[in-house]
Amino acid sequence: MTTEASAALAGPLPGGRWQAAGSRAWPVAVVVAVGLLVWYAAAVWLNAPRVIERLDGLGQPWGAPELVAAAWSMERPVMPAPHQIALDWWGSVFGNAIDSPRSLVFHAGVTLSATLLGFVFGMLLGVALAVGVVSSRVLDRGLLPWVIASQTIPILAIAPMVVVVLGSLGYPPLISKAVISMYLCFFPVTIGMVKGLRSPETLQLDLLRTYSATPSQTLRKLRLPAALPFLFASARVAIATSLVGAIVGELPTGAAAGLGARLLSGSYFGQTIQIWSALLMAALLGVTLVAAVGVLERLVGRWMGSAPAAPGRGR
Amino acid sequence: MSPPAESLAVQAQDLSLVFQTADAPVTALDRINLSIARGEFVSFIGPSGCGKTTLMRVIADLERATAGRISVNGVSPQQARQARAYGYVFQAAALYPWRNVLNNVMLPLEIIGLPAAERRARAERQLELVGLEGFERKFPWQLSGGMQQRVSIARALACEPDMLLMDEPFGALDEITRDHLNEQLLRLWERTGKTVIFVTHSISEAVFLSNRIVVMSPRPGRILELIDNDLPPGRTLDVRETPAFAAVAHRVRVALRAGHSYDD
Amino acid sequence: MMPRPLVMFAALLLVGGMGQPGGPSGLLALLGIGGVLLCLRAWPAPALAGIGLAALALMAWAMLLALSVPGPRGADANGLWLALGGWAIFVWCVLDRLALLQRPRPLGLLAPALLGAALLFAWEVLVVGWEVPRVLLPAPHAVGDALAARWHVLWPDFRQTAVAVLAGWAIGSGAGLAVALLADRVDFLRRGLLPLAGLAGAVPIVGIAPIMVMWFGFDWQSKAAVAAVVTFFPMLVNTLAGLAAVDTMQRDLMRTYAAGHGATLMKLRMPSALPFVFNALKINSTLALISAIVAEFFGSPIVGLGFRISAEVARMNVDVVWAAITLAALAGSAFYGLIALVERAFTFWHPSYRSS
Repeated sequence: MTTEASAALAGPLPGGRWQAAGSRAWPVAVVVAVGLLVWYAAAVWLNAPRVIERLDGLGQPWGAPELVAAAWSMERPVMPAPHQIALDWWGSVFGNAIDSPRSLVFHAGVTLSATLLGFVFGMLLGVALAVGVVSSRVLDRGLLPWVIASQTIPILAIAPMVVVVLGSLGYPPLISKAVISMYLCFFPVTIGMVKGLRSPETLQLDLLRTYSATPSQTLRKLRLPAALPFLFASARVAIATSLVGAIVGELPTGAAAGLGARLLSGSYFGQTIQIWSALLMAALLGVTLVAAVGVLERLVGRWMGSAPAAPGRGR
Repeated sequence: MSPPAESLAVQAQDLSLVFQTADAPVTALDRINLSIARGEFVSFIGPSGCGKTTLMRVIADLERATAGRISVNGVSPQQARQARAYGYVFQAAALYPWRNVLNNVMLPLEIIGLPAAERRARAERQLELVGLEGFERKFPWQLSGGMQQRVSIARALACEPDMLLMDEPFGALDEITRDHLNEQLLRLWERTGKTVIFVTHSISEAVFLSNRIVVMSPRPGRILELIDNDLPPGRTLDVRETPAFAAVAHRVRVALRAGHSYDD
Repeated sequence: MMPRPLVMFAALLLVGGMGQPGGPSGLLALLGIGGVLLCLRAWPAPALAGIGLAALALMAWAMLLALSVPGPRGADANGLWLALGGWAIFVWCVLDRLALLQRPRPLGLLAPALLGAALLFAWEVLVVGWEVPRVLLPAPHAVGDALAARWHVLWPDFRQTAVAVLAGWAIGSGAGLAVALLADRVDFLRRGLLPLAGLAGAVPIVGIAPIMVMWFGFDWQSKAAVAAVVTFFPMLVNTLAGLAAVDTMQRDLMRTYAAGHGATLMKLRMPSALPFVFNALKINSTLALISAIVAEFFGSPIVGLGFRISAEVARMNVDVVWAAITLAALAGSAFYGLIALVERAFTFWHPSYRSS
């Protein structure tokens, strides 16, 4: 959805490649810079009440500079300043051993393992369902409507139950989180693959009929390769949703490890900077994962000699 | 004898247009000199890339020339566009699928701000002119390609401009529909006396419709020849079988062959 | 055509199940054989589907009757499992027939309806027949009972969450639309925002829930805030895509009318963009519901569907959890369906609504 729509808006730019990249980066840089300025201002505004209280309590006269400086360096601010978050993140990532529970890298790793496992299962399930839907009329008419209807159901609501039930059956939390992630990401994969498996033109299908190809040969030689671009487009959405599933899966049992657990403990103990720092890590993780899928897509594309354009823009 | 600019529909002097592309500059129009009087039916003909559409777009102020001068109805193309001096018909009907036929024709009238009753009256008049009365409530997808194009022509006439600019309007239709629409267009022109500038690939269409043919050649786009078509007015489709028609068509063909390089 | 060997096999299983312990009575076998034999005839699809459905329903009833009396369960109830196996194959055969029905429109819903009902029935039989503990997986009838029994608690929960969802969805979508219109006007803003909005799709935004709770308190406002932020980006991206997807020819046409930015926007680009906008509104309905519920996992006053789910899970009242989930699912589907209906009214002209 989002990636397809974004692709529809990209257009060609004149000038060399570096010039083009530069003119694309410049507006983004300006917007980010403006955003940071607004953030710093908001930090002062939101933290002001508590800061004023404290400064009044100190008894010394204070002015705007003291207010601003204090607002940007509170221990438990209502709104931390960007540099506070960055420092905390840096300290947590580089200041601790990788397997220490104080390291964000450790927590990110825990969440990442569940994300990847769920993503792989979800992809397998989605592809299997798609092949089934395309091959069997019964599944196409009977099951596909339910798959589509499942999109309207808040699947994440099931997360606590899955975690508790699987936990009581003796499965480790990794498995229950992976199950939630799998359940979340099979849907875009199924829908995308069905579209992809059905994408070949009638011309090409007719050609295979003249060769008396069996349905399984048609599937392997035509439909599956044709569906790859759609698969990768869905994979980008799927991996982002899988990450969300893994994080939410860490919430119900008050798990001790993982980014979701860090978010939860931060909110229980009022450690705002810890929350923001965990969020930053989650965001970085998400962006990296989606970019990784993009790189994989380009590699596979180059191996298969595909054209650079992406399929299925907009609606 | 050159008439004053105001009485000319279009006057271009040394008009040039150079596109800056990533590879190298492309000369789409190279020192075009052309005068079109009011009430004329002029065809631009030439192979793809010869600049005929580009020239029409410059007249319509959809492109800006990089050198030379051009006036439309005595003023600059931009002023002419803002005065709504012309109606433009594209290769595709470009109708809005969410509006019915009548509302599609009323679109330009809404933009210039006419009151509702007058909009309706004018739109219905134009639909009658193109022979589509009774189809006001239909939606574009319910009409054939030829009928959609006729709605597009009615829409171009809605503001009652002096000039019609038509860019290969019948190119996407089959030959039988095309012939029928050619005849209708000719009758329309005779009835209304508007200036028509018509871009086409088809030699027989150009010879049938126009009283002057501008033959253009590509890379760079320039005018090869201006051919006066002296076939009598009031033509019907039968005129295409006459020797006079073949003679004019032959002249056009010779001019095209002379200018068009077959080496690239 | 139903493959004969498969149908014969189903008949065999049904008959075999009749004799075994725990199996349904002779009524089932008679119905089973009768229905199965009818399906071997080449009658028109609607008739066979109708007969098949009736036979399936009667067989299912017989199996439920067998379960309602105390008797062998689990691995001992061979008869029941044989009968269920035959019944499942028979369901597949009837589905095969139903899948051919397309017109009139309501008949097309029979196939998914049958599959859904069959899965529900199988769930019920498997859970009751294997005596699965209630805390693991409750039977559908237990969920229904819990829904009815705890309605006085679940309804206020639903209201609380619904307010958050609707408010968040409206605010987020509205803000996304407004910013998209602004970014459309100011190209610099568009080029700056669009890549960032695309990135936001990769970020687990629901993680801002604890921060929203800190800013807006425990009540529905913080949940609405999360839903608003989540729904903002899809709306922004989709609206911009819709506004950009306009034909160049159409845009040139507007130039020939010397139409200003405002007129072009209102008469051409907004109507063109409506399919994209509605697409985003539908996606956002699901996202808003999920965000509000997940936000409630992070802390909520003592009402809210998300709160109810996490609280009852802690108490191992799994049937109430399922009841809450069912309620959320029904609400989510209804919301989505409503938007789809409105969409149909506004974008009836789009090619995707015309049958080929």
